[in-house]
Amino acid sequence: MSVFYFVAFLSIFFALMTIFTKNPVHSVLYLVITFFTFTVHYILLNAQFLAVVNFIVYMGAIMVLFLFVLMLLNLNKDTEPLKSNLVKLMGVIAGACLLLTVGGSLRVLEISQPIVMKNPDIGLVGNLGKVLFSDFLLPFEISSILLLTAMVGAVLLAKNEPKKA
Amino acid sequence: MELAFVIEKFVLVTIVFVISLVVAMYSTLAERKVAGFMQDRFGPDRAGPFGILQPLCDGGKFFFKEEIIPAGAHKPLFILGPTIAIITACIGSAVIPWGQSLTIGDRIIELQVTDINVGVLYIFGVVALGVYGIMLGGWASNNKFSLMGAVRAASQSISYELAMGLSLIALLMVTQSLSLREIVAQQSGFVNWNIWVQPLGFLIFLVCAFAECNRVPFDLPECETELIGGYNVEYSSMKLGLYMFSEYINMFVSSALMSALYFGGYNFPFMYDLGLSQNWITIIGVIVFFVKIFAFIFFFMWIRWTLPRFRYDQLMNLGWKMLIPLAIANIVLTGVITIIKDTFF
Repeated sequence: MSVFYFVAFLSIFFALMTIFTKNPVHSVLYLVITFFTFTVHYILLNAQFLAVVNFIVYMGAIMVLFLFVLMLLNLNKDTEPLKSNLVKLMGVIAGACLLLTVGGSLRVLEISQPIVMKNPDIGLVGNLGKVLFSDFLLPFEISSILLLTAMVGAVLLAKNEPKKA
Repeated sequence: MELAFVIEKFVLVTIVFVISLVVAMYSTLAERKVAGFMQDRFGPDRAGPFGILQPLCDGGKFFFKEEIIPAGAHKPLFILGPTIAIITACIGSAVIPWGQSLTIGDRIIELQVTDINVGVLYIFGVVALGVYGIMLGGWASNNKFSLMGAVRAASQSISYELAMGLSLIALLMVTQSLSLREIVAQQSGFVNWNIWVQPLGFLIFLVCAFAECNRVPFDLPECETELIGGYNVEYSSMKLGLYMFSEYINMFVSSALMSALYFGGYNFPFMYDLGLSQNWITIIGVIVFFVKIFAFIFFFMWIRWTLPRFRYDQLMNLGWKMLIPLAIANIVLTGVITIIKDTFF
């Protein structure tokens, strides 16, 4: 349990660092570390497959792309666009909404009994695969169609328009 | 956790680490020797007999060179770059099974640091992490050429990771396991090697391994004719050394991985017919495994001194329009063959 609290502290700490740091590249790096702490959380939950996939997909691919874009943008203080007051106002309203939601959910919070899993090995690859292809086949297939759609859309966007003579 | 277990693993980790470093060190010599052989000249032969002390001289020189951090560089990330590169290169070897098990007294010692049941994916994750070293180093140098190198490295590694993952899926459909120990154990003897059932998958994996290690013909991130030296232009002294070292360690680990996944790892023909005791089989198995690894390292070098470098658009076309469709076709083919085999035989 103490490991959990330590890792949870690290997650929140680095998540806050992601927001508060000025340099965008630092921000992305802190986000990478935050994802890494999530991977540790999954391992603590005995969900090895999810841990490794989180590691590969989020840390290894998506964050690399983020970093890629930020490096090319070359953001620094001189080129940073000025934020208008309207944007700031919107930020305040959105933040207040979030605070309200979190506060409301905290009010009705009840600490539940710790759940003992019937099958602690459920997160291992073999079990996960069997569950995905039997109990959750329909959601699994639907989400795969969603991903396929996204891929086709991306290819379509990236494809050059034929030049009109 | 008992003390003996900790000591056993500690010794094993140390040995694997030292071997990786020594192999990487002597790969630099071997690379130049192979280059010499291919180009009909001697290669380095001054330091010691056959130039055998050359890597030590190089290492010493790296340490004594002046350390320069450019004024405009981002200092913490500039230092972090080579650090991440060498760390990710070294931790990949943790899940590779180097041999079966040794029995000393009444202790059985598995010659593998750890056998996690998602071993193949672990290596994949480590590889994915490796690109951060190059990207951060290239960006932190505050040099346009290094930035270009870093960006090339990132897009190349992401593109080829896809094809590599897809080629592995076909292999996993055959092996039914993600644990490297189990995958190697299935390939006992000679006819059970995965190369016989997954030749196309192996070819795709091999090409992607070249790309992930940034080896010629895929060394676009450090293409010296276009980018001076690519991501490591601003690096000097041992930091540059660490970048080069991590490339050679990556080469070693990926050679080990290819031998383990497709060429039977520590398995050799007639291993159980010779009437040897388990310990001898293990020892010979380790030697056989290293012979396979060295053969792959030689292959890496052979390609380097044979093929010219790709152009960047050719690289991307090969990755996205050739290897990925081929890998998907391989998955479908493997599935169909598996079903036919299950139904009719």
